[in-house]
Order: sequence, then C-alpha cells, then structure tokens
Amino acid sequence: MDVSYAWLQELVDVPVAPTELADKVSRTGIEVESIKRYADGLKKIVVGHVLSLEPHPDSDHLQIAQVDVGEDEPRQIICGAPNVGKDQYVIVALPGARIADNVKIKKGKIRGVESLGMICALQEIGYPENVVPKAYANGIYVFNEAIKPGSDALEVLGMNDTILDFEITPNRADALGMRGVAWEVGATYGNVPHFTDESIQESGQPITDLLTAEVADAKDAPSYQLRVVQNVQVKESPLWLQRRLWNAGIRPTNNIVDITNYIMLAYGQPMHAFDYDKLGTGKITVRRATDKESLTTLDGNDHELNDQDIVITNGKIPVALAGVMGGLSTEITESSQTVVLEAADFAPVNIRKTALKYNLRSQASSRFEKGIDVGSINQALDEAARLVAELGTGDIAQGVVAPTNIKAEDTIINITLDRINHVLGTELSAEVVEKIFNQLGFGTRQEDGLFTVSIPSRRWDIAIEADLVEEVARIYGYDDLPSTLPTTTLTLGALTPVQARLKRSRQLLEGAGLTQAITYGLTSPEKASRFMLHDSLVTQVSFPMTTDHQTLRMNLVSGLLDTIAYNVARKETDLALYEQGRVFVKTGDQVRPDEREYIAGAVTGNVQLKDWQQPAQAVDFFTVKGIVESLLADFSLVSPINFEADASDDNMHPGQTAAIFLGTDKIGMVGRLHPAFEKAQGLPATFIFELDLEPLMAADKTEIIAQPAPKFPSVTRDMALLVDKQVTNAQIEVVIAAHGGAFLKAVTLFDVYAGKGIADHQKSLAYTLTYRRDDQTLTEDEVNAAFDQVLAHLIEELNVTIR
Amino acid sequence: MDLKAKLEALAKQNHDRIQQIGTLAELNDVRINLLGKKGPITEVLRGMKDLDAQERPQVGAFANKIRDDLTEAIQSRKEQLEQAQIQQQLAAETIDVTLPGRPIQRGTSHVITQIMDDLEEFFMGMGYQVVSGPEVEEDHYNFEMMNIPANHPARDMQDTFYINDELLMRTHTSPVQARTLEKHDFSKGPLKMISPGRVYRRDTDDATHSHQFHQLEGLVVDKHITLADLKGTLLAMVRHVFGADREIRLRPSYFPFTEPSVEVDVTCFRCGGVGCPVCKYTGWIEVLGAGMVHPNVLRAAGVDADVYGGFAFGLGPDRFAMLKYGIDDIRSFYQNDLRFLSQFQREG
Repeated sequence: MDVSYAWLQELVDVPVAPTELADKVSRTGIEVESIKRYADGLKKIVVGHVLSLEPHPDSDHLQIAQVDVGEDEPRQIICGAPNVGKDQYVIVALPGARIADNVKIKKGKIRGVESLGMICALQEIGYPENVVPKAYANGIYVFNEAIKPGSDALEVLGMNDTILDFEITPNRADALGMRGVAWEVGATYGNVPHFTDESIQESGQPITDLLTAEVADAKDAPSYQLRVVQNVQVKESPLWLQRRLWNAGIRPTNNIVDITNYIMLAYGQPMHAFDYDKLGTGKITVRRATDKESLTTLDGNDHELNDQDIVITNGKIPVALAGVMGGLSTEITESSQTVVLEAADFAPVNIRKTALKYNLRSQASSRFEKGIDVGSINQALDEAARLVAELGTGDIAQGVVAPTNIKAEDTIINITLDRINHVLGTELSAEVVEKIFNQLGFGTRQEDGLFTVSIPSRRWDIAIEADLVEEVARIYGYDDLPSTLPTTTLTLGALTPVQARLKRSRQLLEGAGLTQAITYGLTSPEKASRFMLHDSLVTQVSFPMTTDHQTLRMNLVSGLLDTIAYNVARKETDLALYEQGRVFVKTGDQVRPDEREYIAGAVTGNVQLKDWQQPAQAVDFFTVKGIVESLLADFSLVSPINFEADASDDNMHPGQTAAIFLGTDKIGMVGRLHPAFEKAQGLPATFIFELDLEPLMAADKTEIIAQPAPKFPSVTRDMALLVDKQVTNAQIEVVIAAHGGAFLKAVTLFDVYAGKGIADHQKSLAYTLTYRRDDQTLTEDEVNAAFDQVLAHLIEELNVTIR
Repeated sequence: MDLKAKLEALAKQNHDRIQQIGTLAELNDVRINLLGKKGPITEVLRGMKDLDAQERPQVGAFANKIRDDLTEAIQSRKEQLEQAQIQQQLAAETIDVTLPGRPIQRGTSHVITQIMDDLEEFFMGMGYQVVSGPEVEEDHYNFEMMNIPANHPARDMQDTFYINDELLMRTHTSPVQARTLEKHDFSKGPLKMISPGRVYRRDTDDATHSHQFHQLEGLVVDKHITLADLKGTLLAMVRHVFGADREIRLRPSYFPFTEPSVEVDVTCFRCGGVGCPVCKYTGWIEVLGAGMVHPNVLRAAGVDADVYGGFAFGLGPDRFAMLKYGIDDIRSFYQNDLRFLSQFQREG
C-alpha cells in the first residue's frame, strides 16, 4: 500500500520525518519496504500558461507556443504534442531543468526555431505509464484548473510528497486504508487520529422509488449497502483527487470512478459504481452465477461463470462479478446521469477463487479476501455519495437500500497480566500494559491484573489472547525484551542412527576424493526414469513451471550427469562428484511415493593428475568399485556383498557394469555409462555408482569385539594360476575361501595377465595367501598342507594349471 | 736394531701414512696389517721373549703405547673419512624443497550441507533433536496443521507444487514439526527440535529464487517458553554463525503458524552496522522469521494450548550461505560448478 505522507499528516499528527517514520513503523507494526519521492532528481519544472500557438513553418506536427511561466516575458517553446492547445495550463521544463531519467533540458533550436524549454507529459517527469490518465497518455498533461504560471509544478502535482510503501501482511488488512494507517501510526506515537466526517444532504428522490435490491444468500454478501446519486455530471476529477490517486499508484479515470477508488484508499472499503439507467430494471440481485452464464467485465474480457462466482445482477443478467470487477454493460461513462454506489462485504473465499480463476486480482478483490472493517461500510458509502454529489454536482437520493446488514460489535478479550508476562518473559506492570492498550485505541478495564479489552471492528485481526500479546510486545518494543535461553528439563541432542549413517557416508566419500553436489529433486520424466535400481512408476507435479522440473526423481545419477555436463562445458574435465538424497519410488496403485535415501557418484577424467613425479591416471571401473567397496565395508554388514556382471541397463556399458547385491537383494550398481549414451548426451567417459541406502541401513551389522594384536607371525604363500578366460576372480576366491583351512587369514590378488606367452583362451592370476595361528607359530608342514589343499581343489574344481 | 728402535721406526713410518689414506676400506686394510695378529707390532711383542726380564716391561709398555697411538690415529682417520662420506651422501641427496608436494585428492561437502551441519551441531549442543520428514507431504500437515486452511490468503505466500489434491512437495519443513508435535509425549519432557531439509516452491528460477531450496526450522514447546527465550536463542545462533559481535533485532511480521510473529535482522557482518551495499545501507540484514507457536497449531496437534506454549523459527541455509560468503546467485548452489564448490573446502 502506497501511503502518502502528506495525506497521513492530515489524518494524524506525525511527529517525525518520513524516513524516521518508516523505520519506526517497521519496528513496531508494518514493514515499510521503500520510500520514494517522485520529485527526487527533478528540478526547474513549473506550471505554464499557453498564451498562443502557431504552426512551425518547417513541420507538419510541431507548433510554436508562447508560454507564460511567470516571468516578465512569455517563453517560446516548440511542442509536438497532439493535444496542446491555447489557454491550457501545462507542465513546463525550463532550460536547465532535470526531467525523468536524469535528462537535462537545454535551450535549443528545433528545425531552425528557438525553443526555450519543453512542455511535458506526466511520463516525461517520471510518472509510470499506468497512473497517467488515458486522456493524456499520448500527449502532454493539461491541468483542469487555472494555476498561477511559474508555480512549482512538482508541488502542484503532489510530487514533493513522500510515498511510503507499506508491506501489508495478510493479517494487517486494517492498514489497507489511510484511516487504518493513521490509527497504526497514532498508536505508535500515542496520538489519536483526527478524522473529519461531513454530513450528507439527501436532496434527491427517496431511494425506494428508484431501486430495490435483494441478496439471495446472506452468507455471500453479509452486508450489502446501496445509495443512488441523481443528476450527476461525469467529468474529470479535480486535481487534488487525481493527485491522491496517482500517488497511490491508481490511474485517474473520471470523478465517479475516482471517488470509489479514493474511498477504497481512505477507508479500505472497496466500492463499485453502476450506471443506474444501464441497469434498466431498477433492481439489483446478488446471487450465485448459474453454470455457463456469461459476463463481459470492464476490461472487455468475456467470462463463462459458474456457481462458485457471486454476481451482481439487474434481476436478470449479471452486471458485475461481486467484489472483483464491474461489468461493461453498466459502466460509468460521460453520459451517465444516475449512479448507484455499492459498498458491501462479500464472502472472502469466493472472491478469492473468482479473482484467481479469471486472473482478475485487483486492489478491491485482495481487500475483500483479507476482510474489511464491517463497522465502516456505511461511513464509506456516505462519504462516497457526499463526494459524488459534491464533485459531480448531483443529488443524493434519500435513504439506503440494504438487503443485508452487519452490526459491528467490539471483540472482548480477557487476558491477565501474568499471561502477558509469562509469554513475553517480561515483568511489565499493569500500568504499562494498560497504556499500550489505550494507545491502540482499545477500550480497557483492569481489575487485579485481569484486563477486559474491547477491540473495535477496525482491528478484526485481533481475536485471541495471543493477538493481544503481540500488540503489547510490538508497541512496548522488541528491543526492550530481555534475551534468555529456555529453562526446561534437560533434553538430549543427538543424530538418529540414520542421520548419523548418512553423514558418515558423506564424509567417507569426501575422504575418497568426491565432492558433494546437490541437484534438483524435480527433473524431466526421461531423466527421472534412468538408472533405476528398482521398478517404479513416475510421480509428477500437477502444474510444473517447466518440463525440466516436473517429475520426482527415481535416481540420483541423472542429476550428477547434468552436473558433469555443466562442468565439462566449462572445460572442467576431471570430476569426482557424489550426491546423497532421496528418490521417490512407487509401485502398483500406490499414490504417495516411498522416499528412499540413496547415495550415488559420478567420476570422469583423471583421478590422479599428472605431476612432475607421476603420469596422470584416468578413472576406470576399479577406481569407482574401490570407492564403493570402501563405503560398503564401513557398514559392518553381516551378509556378503556381491558384484555381478549386469548388462540389463541400456544406458550402461554391458561389459563394464556390475549389479551390487547384499545377500540376494539388489542394492546398487557400479559401472561405466554406455558409450552410445555418453555420445548422445555429450558426456565424456563416465563411471557411476548408485546405492540404495535403505536396505544397507536396515541390514544386520556385525559388532566389533576387540581382539589382541596377534602374538605369532604370519606366513605367506604365492600362487600363479593359468585358467580359462571365462573363470572369474570371484569363482577362484570362493574355492580358496572354502578350502583354505582354519589358518588362512587373507587372500590378495596381485597380478592378472593375459597375452604374450599365454594361450589365447587363458589368463594368469596370481594370489598371495596369508596364514597365521593365534595360539602358536605355524609350522612349515601346517602351511604346506593347507596350501596344497587349496591348489588341489582349484585344479579339480576350476581346472587351473599351477604355473 | 733393538726392538725399541724398530717400534719407533714403525710408528713414525705409519703415522704419516695413516693420514694419507683416502678410503675406509684402505684404512681397514692398514689396521689389519699393522695391528693384526700377523702385524709388525705383534711380531715385535713376540720377540720380547728373547729380552731380559729387566728390559721386558719397559719394551712391553713402549710397544703398547705405540700400538695405542696407532689405533687412535686409525680411529681418528676413520671418523674423518666417515664424516666426509656422510657429507658427500647428504650433498648427493639434496633436493629442491620448493618443488610441490604430492597432491592429496580430497572432496568437500556442499556449502549448504556445511551450513546445515554446523547449525545441527549448534542446536544439538543445546539439547535439540534433529528430525527428518517426508519431502512429499500431505496438504494436511503442510498447511492445515500449520493454521493455513484452504483458501487462506497466506497460501499465496507459498506457491506450491501439487501432486494431487492431497499431496504436494512440501513448501517448508514445518510439517515435520506438526508430525513430531502430534507424537510427542510431554509427560516425558519438553520438545526441542530442529527440522532441516529440502523444500520446494513453485517459483521461476532466477538469481534470488529457486524452485528448490533448504530450510531449517526449530521448535521448542514446554510449559514456560517465552519470547525472551526465542530472542536469546536466536541471538546465540546468529553469533555462532555470523560472529560473536553480532546483534539482532526483532520486527513484527506475520506467519499463520506463529503469534506474535517476528522477522529477525542481524547487524551487517560486512560493515558492522555502519551501512554498505550488502545491508542496503541500513546496517541490518534480514535473516529469518520466527514467533511464538500459534495456539491453533498446538491444538491441531492435540497439545493443550492453555498449558503448553513455545517458539518456532525458520531459516534458509541457502540464504545463510549467500550472506555468509557473499554469494549473489542462488542457482550457483544447484549448478554444482566444481570451481564454485571446491572453494568451500577449507575452514570458512
């Protein structure tokens, strides 16, 4: 809400300058987002009187004006505006003036004729397009009253006023009118606002001779008040009214429409004016629209309505969307003579829905949505009628037509001094609290620390104890509250096992050289569905902002690949990234997806950079598998982890991908992207892994029971085996483990070779076996026996040749 | 020549020679030749059996002295040679210590994670539990339980990604508080919790908006929790994150789930409060929202609002990171440019 400082000063004593006011109000009530003064940066702009006009000899549209700007001699100014005319009072920028955008006006010649200034449009001196009256949108602004030439135009236009932008939160709609703002500012400084309410003269016919009205359902319009003003002249508003409007960001239209907007600004009460004759029926009915009923609103748009919309009708067809926008058919125009003024309260939810549905949210609808002061509906209506009669020289019909009424009542809240101090942590006295309530204009009685507070209807936001506590806190001042820490019985602060496990997993991967990425949970359907560990249906948001962010991810790899692509495009080619986060999976007729904690990594380029001592080393399958193994080893799992070749994912390299199993459950995968996929996505060779952490966190864990360090030395034996190429390391290790004997402690593969010196269908694998007894030193014979046993089984089961 | 003269000649002749020897091996040879069982001194001593009993001790003593002198000379020369050898070795082993060390590959946690981890530790230290909750949330928990009924104007403040009429991407982590509050057994003590996590808003991504960001909300409910406690808690937190010299101020605001509601400003940590571009020359920076839990929120969770009360606050780790490190584009967090992320590897 744009609050005019000058207007505010008329309503309440403001003891401070605008900046200080803004700061104070922000600290005690409503945030002032910004302060502006249209005049800032402008100078030497005055009112001029156009004495004569003659065509420019060398132009078909320029005119030579002689303009009285209050100096001894008129000034000659060339003007190209189509609406410039003799005898007009206009805005003149003198040579040396600064106008909008810091443009400087100089003396000059325009097509050979001297011009000593510029006649200005409102836009040219800084008013935004949307507040400029339409009549002056494509030309200069013309004052509609005589003003002494040479006067400061900025002052006359209200540009020296300071506009404070009050950021009104939904609960403080009471400050969406200047009177509400005056109450708030008054409460802040302990001043009571002084409003002048003039009485109205009803010089017209009895209203009942002219108009009847009904409201079909009082819930839709709990208060519906109408007045009629006859014999009205519709014309331009006087300057003071235009000034009020444009300083509040509203475009002046004509006196009737301007008055309804002015009343909304002054009282916070949205109003509407109908052309009585265009109604044609002398009747108004407020009801729900019927399905597919149509209405053309003032903006010229047609709407197909439904029964959620409250409409104003002439007894037959809709003539306005209640509280949202009037209809074109009953618009006030220059020919209007009799005006129906409407002040009402409408059901907030319907107003909100209708305004949203037809994209017609306005200052009026947003006020109805948040509620209005039901105590000032008639006051606003009367003031509107009075102004219409005054500015439109009309006659107010006698009486008000009011099919529904609300009796405004004070809200009574009882609250104890103890309660206030208990919530605030203060030791305020009853006197201090009472003074605050008085400042706010609340009726207050106090007896033994129990306050009975009467809240007037203008503060309909206050309904419960907590609301009063807030009023006390803010007016007392948050700065003056003490700072303490809660005193409660002790509570434990610790991560849950799951939280601790997630954090530890992150740290392990960072220790392994991977940097954490955080990517988007919402992605495209394609990306969401790749690299899935489990079958899942997609979950979509209903109204995405973009197709890139419409589907809940079912894997973490896609996001990491986006990150790889982003970095590679920026010439960062050695990347090791991981993400820990949730994927959203569901099956069958599940509606709500399960959220599973995953961890995934993507590595590309070199894992070891070239330096002066060693060559670069590119990432390969085993680098990433090593990271995965190291992470999995940290889980102390009871069940074994198995890696099995897996060619089932079309986006993965069929020969360099393993599915990872915990016992028989698939818990992850590791491998290289399919080269064709890499190419299609513009990615370099990239190795990824992805683990579902849920089964890993849920799985049985081995406990650590400390063993003393071995007392006896270990003994090693090496073996080199020639085997068929199809035989896997895993198969060999299974045989070694099965027949290694009680003293075998470790098996380490230290060489794999195929090629020269070995038959094409074979490869050579070499292992070190480590034996140790914990109760005595192993003898040569014991080791040899155990080792021979393993060799015998390898030969028998896997047909190996010992080299 | 008598034995004594022989010994003298031997000593004289070898003393010089020992000084000339250039290698340890040669010196060892000389030692064996000279002092060994077959050496000249041994030989001289062997010849003593032919001497008078009277002369024998004198010559014996003399021979021993000569042998000790030579032994000492050899030992001395040996030390010299060894010293020279070590010097030579050290000279040969000398490296350019300004050559770079071998790089250790180390990853780093995301700057937002760092902020959240830090805050979690801070609040755990004050006895808060950390509670996680679903990112796909029910309208009921995300809005209704938070005192934001259908068609409440406050729903505008949080434009929402709906999945269907009932399900949505949570717009704040408050629903986690609602869920925890609903389950909490107050006979076992107060509730002190924080709920960190990802949230989603239906926004167009730009420098200051992101459809995905993070929140960390706090909630304390007990029989006597005050607004002063909220102020003290936030002051301690702000000083922990932004520096010990920081001050805070509260300004009235509005959130449907708290009453009173406040916005919290901290003195600008760039300029210390005198005014600079970061604080838009106000000296203050808005960092979070907070307030006393609205009785409707307590009641909705089945908590007796006449007996229990508390405070709640909500902050944005993204915003904290932006303020703390002077980051001006929220999209940086989700683009994951490695050059951006890796600058947060060191202690900040």
